[in-house]
Parts: sequence; structure tokens; C-alpha cells
Amino acid sequence: MIEARGLTKDYGDKRAVDGLSFKVEPGIVTGFLGPNGSGKSTTMRLILGLDAPTAGDVTVNGRHYRDHRAPLHEVGALLEARSVHTGRSAYHHLLALAQTHGLPKRRVHELIDLVGLHDVAGKRAGQFSLGMGQRLGIATALIGDPKTLLLDEPVNGLDPEGIHWIRNLLKALAAEGRAVFVSSHLMSEMALTADHLIVIGRGRMIADTSVEDFVGRASEQVVLVRSPELERLREALAGPEVTFTAADRGAFEIRGLTAEQIGEAAAAKGIALHELSPQQASLEEAFMSLTRDELEFAAEVPT
Amino acid sequence: MSAVASTPRIPPLDRVGRITQARVLLSEWTKLRSVRSSGWSLLVGFLLTILFPVLFAAVTASHWGHMRPQERADRHPLDIALAGVNVSQLAIAVLGVLVITAEYSTGMIRATFTAVPKRLPVLWAKTAVFAVTGFLVTLPAVLIAFVASQAILDRHHILQISFSDPGVARSVIGGAVYVMLTGVFALTIGAIVRNTAGGIAAFAGIYFVIPPLMNILPSSWNNAISPYLPSEAGRQLFSLTQGSHSLSPAAGGLLLAGYCVLGLVIAAVLLVRRDV
Repeated sequence: MIEARGLTKDYGDKRAVDGLSFKVEPGIVTGFLGPNGSGKSTTMRLILGLDAPTAGDVTVNGRHYRDHRAPLHEVGALLEARSVHTGRSAYHHLLALAQTHGLPKRRVHELIDLVGLHDVAGKRAGQFSLGMGQRLGIATALIGDPKTLLLDEPVNGLDPEGIHWIRNLLKALAAEGRAVFVSSHLMSEMALTADHLIVIGRGRMIADTSVEDFVGRASEQVVLVRSPELERLREALAGPEVTFTAADRGAFEIRGLTAEQIGEAAAAKGIALHELSPQQASLEEAFMSLTRDELEFAAEVPT
Repeated sequence: MSAVASTPRIPPLDRVGRITQARVLLSEWTKLRSVRSSGWSLLVGFLLTILFPVLFAAVTASHWGHMRPQERADRHPLDIALAGVNVSQLAIAVLGVLVITAEYSTGMIRATFTAVPKRLPVLWAKTAVFAVTGFLVTLPAVLIAFVASQAILDRHHILQISFSDPGVARSVIGGAVYVMLTGVFALTIGAIVRNTAGGIAAFAGIYFVIPPLMNILPSSWNNAISPYLPSEAGRQLFSLTQGSHSLSPAAGGLLLAGYCVLGLVIAAVLLVRRDV
């Protein structure tokens, strides 16, 4: 459980995070969405106390992160920037972190096996590929069996197998009752893994909502209708707010009416329908339409 | 799809440990011994501490027959025995800077401070582990250097002193203490500067550039300032005799230790206040 209240961070005269208030609940995957440079990584560092907020406050499981006696048991973090000494082996990296909490060597071996690094555990981390580095980062995050997970762009640089592995991992961690907070600039990734979304742009909150609501809020209703009597249907539905777009053979995309309204109107006229399906705008489209203003603004301001 | 089969399970922890200073000490010891630069720096420091006295003893012995009486009188066996300290201090100081700045340059510091968010236990542990390691490597080196250089000089029956002569034991052990304190001083500079090149440059400036510059000042100024510079104060630890303007070995050693404490305090304040 993470709670942020009016979280704000300035670097010089640039405001990186601007009054963010949100909660990350246990048992679900909360996606943290925003374009590159929107303040996601800064927010993550503020949660961990690596950076101090200019204003506002953030707590993890009821306390400031630094006030926990066993912080690695409260939060496991994978930061976007590499956080490993390149001259040290994966084994010794994990061991040094485990030892701060008195965790045994057995724990280090368990995590190395879990992320599939046993063959390269003795190799210096500087020689790791991006994917191996991400797996080491995941092992680092999980070493203390944390109640809350903080993962900054975890699928960056991973191959499809690795991405699949991370998705399953995130869902499994949430299913175990942990709070999972995962950032991404890829909407498609969030659509597959997240239950809840926190969307920011230029450090400001854009949306704090479920994935379905986010898509619904950002997109107009589109219903695909397939029928052998399209012309009769069009006459029956015609209205000032209603538009028809020819889709593939024998089908229309209708805007301005719900599926229920279309179905009932067709039934009243005795028109057969072969398909009646509300179309989901992709999360990507929803995100683009909601953040467009922020992005245009960003492009005009010289930095 | 084998999604269910491949779903990873996180092994639960049977016991949750909390952070203690002793555990952070063990962690920092693991860090120090698991990077190559530590081993190399310590090995180089160890070998230089021994090799220079052995070399100087051999050269002095072979030239002894050609030396004028005045030149012979200027030779001192302890200067030869501890010649390596002047060289090895650089190796240990560079390691002292690296112990902290390498964490910043690689990003490891973020993992370190995520594990120990109060931060200060890390600074104490790094300093303690490095000081003890530096002393335990340098002490046998100066003892070996003393015995070896004396053995070479003994074959020519020249420049003999005993470990039990007044001030000799203090100077030899003082050499190891000096190297240790110098390393700690460099570590605090690294913690303040947070950058490897900047840290080494700042250390070299304080230790090797400022002292000779003092000779340009009027001698009354020079005599008033130079004894209190970290390198000059610390040097008294392994000097058998003190110049008229120099501090005593105890005062000089304490002053260098005081510089270390000052550096640690500044580093600690900045460490807690600054963003990582």
C-alpha cells in the first residue's frame, strides 16, 4: 500500500512532479502510465526516499520508507536506471543487500534460481545483457519478500519470453496479496497487466481509474453492426448525432448510439442483426487523446 | 499456453530480519572483497610498502663504499624502512575514494540506500571496514619492510637499529596508522565529492600540491601553516625525530584523525540531506 499526498518535486526551477495524490492498493497491479519524462521515475525515487519531496508526502504501508526497520521486507524496487556495481558478480550483489537484513545465503540462491540466473551468478554484472540485468533487478526487488513492489519500466529491453515472464510474475505477485506498482510508457503493456491505472503527464495527474473506465472515458462509443439489411437499419437509426461508417463487407461502424439502442430499434423494425459489438478503443488511443494537450504543450516549451 | 505452469512462485521468508549496524558492516565487507579493484589496490599498497625499502636498502648498501662521511651521516635506517609508506599511501587513498564513488558512478548507491534508507549506517560501515582492512594489510607490510631492509643493511654491517630503540616501534606501527588514516581521509573526500576523478584530484591537491606551495610563502607563514596540513601532521606518526616547527607524533596523529572526523561529519550531513 502506497499513499501519496500532494507529492511535488522541483529540480532547480523545473517541476518534475506536481501535486500527485494517489493510492496503490494491495492485491492488484496498478499501472503507472505516462510519456517519457513525465515524472514516473522521480515519483518512484520519492517513494523510496532516494529524493526528498519539495512538498507533499508519501508513505509505504503506513510509514515513510526510511522509518521501516526492515525496508526490503516492505518494498522491493526495480529502478529504471541500473543500480548494480558493474565489477561485482550477481551473487555478491544480492548477498551484500541480503546481509543488511540478516538474510541467509540460501535466500540469495533461491532468488538466483527463481529468475534463472544460476549459470551466470558468478559473472560480473557489467558483462550482463539488458535482459539478464533486468532479471538481476527483479531478484534484487524480491529478496526481502516485500509486501509492495515498485517496478520502473520492467519490460524495457526484454525479449518476448522475458516480457511474458514479467507479466505472469506481476499478476502472481498481486494474486498473493501484494501491492504492485509498475510504470510504463507502453499502453499496450498496461492493458495486458494492469487492473488500475494512474496516468500522469508533465508531472500532473491525468487519470486515476480502472483500465476499463480509462478507455471508456477517453473514447467515444463505437458499435460494429453486421446485418443483411443495412439500408433499412440506417433509416431506422438515423438521427442528428448518429454517424455511419462503412466497415468491411456488410457492416457499419455506428457512433452516437449504444449497442442497446441499436438492438432495440432493429428488433422493433424486425431487422435481422448478424453482429452487434461495442468496440473498445485501444488503451493506446485513449492515452494519446488524454495526453495530447500535455504533449503539445511540452513540445512548445524550450527546455 | 503454459502460463500457469511457468508462473513463478516467490519463496516466502521464514524469518524477517531488521537492519542492524553489525549487518551493514558484514554487507560492506562483502562489497569490499567482491570487486577486483579492492584486491589490486591493497596488493599494490602491500608490495610497494615492502619493495621500496628493499630496493633503497640494496642501493644504499652497494654505494656505501663511495659515500662521503657527510652523506653517510645523512642516511637514516628508518627513512629507508618506511620509504614505501610514501608510495603506498596513494594506492590506499585511491581505493578509499573508490569505495564510495564507484557506488555513485555505477548506480549501486541507489540499491544500497534502498536497502538501508537511513544511509548513515552505510557511511559508518564503509569507513570502519576500509580502515580495519587498510590497517591489517599495511601493518604486516611495514613490519616486513623494517625487517627486510635491516637484514640487507646488516650484511654490510651498516645503519643498524633495533625495534626496541626509542621511537622505532612507534614509527613503524605509526606508518601503518598513517596509511590507514590517509585512506579514511580520502574516503571522506570521496563521500563529499561523489565523483571518482574529482575525489582523487581533491585528495592529491590537499596531500601533494598544497604542501610544496607553502614554501613560496614567507617562512613565518609557512612555519605557522604547514605543520597543521593533514599530510604534514600525519607524517609525524612515522618520523623518528621532529623538526623545530613540527607537531609531536601524538599531536600530529590526532590532528590527522581530527581531519578524518571532520570529513566524516561533513560527509554525513551531506549524505542525509542530498538526493541520490
